[in-house]
Amino acid sequence: MHELSIAMSIVDLACEEAESHGAPGVDVVYLKLGPLSGVVKEALLFSYEIACQQTPLEGSKLLIEEVPIVVNCPVCRDRRSVQSLQSLCCVECGTPTPEILEGRELMVTAMELRT
Amino acid sequence: MIPEPRLVEVRKNVLKQNDVLARALRERFREAGVLAISLVSSPGAGKTAFLERTLTVLRAHYRVAALVGDLATENDAARLARSQVPVRQIVTGTVCHLEAAMVQNALDAWNLRDLDFLFIENVGNLVCPSSYDLGEDLRFVLLSVTEGEDKPLKYPTIFNSADVAIITKSDLATAVDFDEAAANRNIQAVRPGMQVLKLSAKTGEGMAVFVEFLEKHRLRSLSAAAVRT
Repeated sequence: MHELSIAMSIVDLACEEAESHGAPGVDVVYLKLGPLSGVVKEALLFSYEIACQQTPLEGSKLLIEEVPIVVNCPVCRDRRSVQSLQSLCCVECGTPTPEILEGRELMVTAMELRT
Repeated sequence: MIPEPRLVEVRKNVLKQNDVLARALRERFREAGVLAISLVSSPGAGKTAFLERTLTVLRAHYRVAALVGDLATENDAARLARSQVPVRQIVTGTVCHLEAAMVQNALDAWNLRDLDFLFIENVGNLVCPSSYDLGEDLRFVLLSVTEGEDKPLKYPTIFNSADVAIITKSDLATAVDFDEAAANRNIQAVRPGMQVLKLSAKTGEGMAVFVEFLEKHRLRSLSAAAVRT
């Protein structure tokens, strides 16, 4: 379980951002999370609360947007989603597709700052 | 009156710091002409035995070294030292994976130009290492025949993060009724087109093919580097 260390990285990043905007605190951190990031949402939410303690983020919320895997299907020649994490095949034509375009995200996209 | 919160766009990767360090390491490896290979697997899949054999075979013709991650002990480094190549242990304490900064620190005293191959053995764990780029050129995921053919389906993310799958302990395949076709099918399902090698560190079966694979890859990466400079 490495979600606590990930949560601490989120807190560090958010503190830096808040400081650069001269904000005294943070209400919400928005995070994009892909299935191939290797991070479990529930464990991350649990760890986040702990990581926020005694920081300017104490009491803030982490809003996680789970995004799907998107591949480039060589047969459809287009962006496609896959059957599942256990079957990286194009949902339209069934072709196995190793070329992953999205799905590894572990990204802070936005924040709501206290003013 | 309660002031309105202010929404700001951020768009920053959480592991940005690790990614930046990993990119710098990859560039250092390329400049020094060393091929860096990391190994990931569950505990007990045979990473250390495999590495010991690999180092022993390679050192006859190449300059090789290894970094080895472990939670608590230095046993692996002691074992690998028997292969008489430079080995350094990274004791991670409670951390269940290696990060680029740990690799960078462990490399401090080594001159990478003195090396042809650098191996990085990750902590035995099929979950956490998948999130961290170590700057390696190739990541091998090891699957031993005693673990069961469905490991790739249970841990798709780590298999997806790796470049090559290596089936280890092939000498035990018959004893445990290992279904190689099923294992291959499962690997291809989570990582279509992935190259799979099968070997035994104990008997040496498959090691020649593996070494040939490494040599080819090294030449390819050296010539790619030469084209760039």
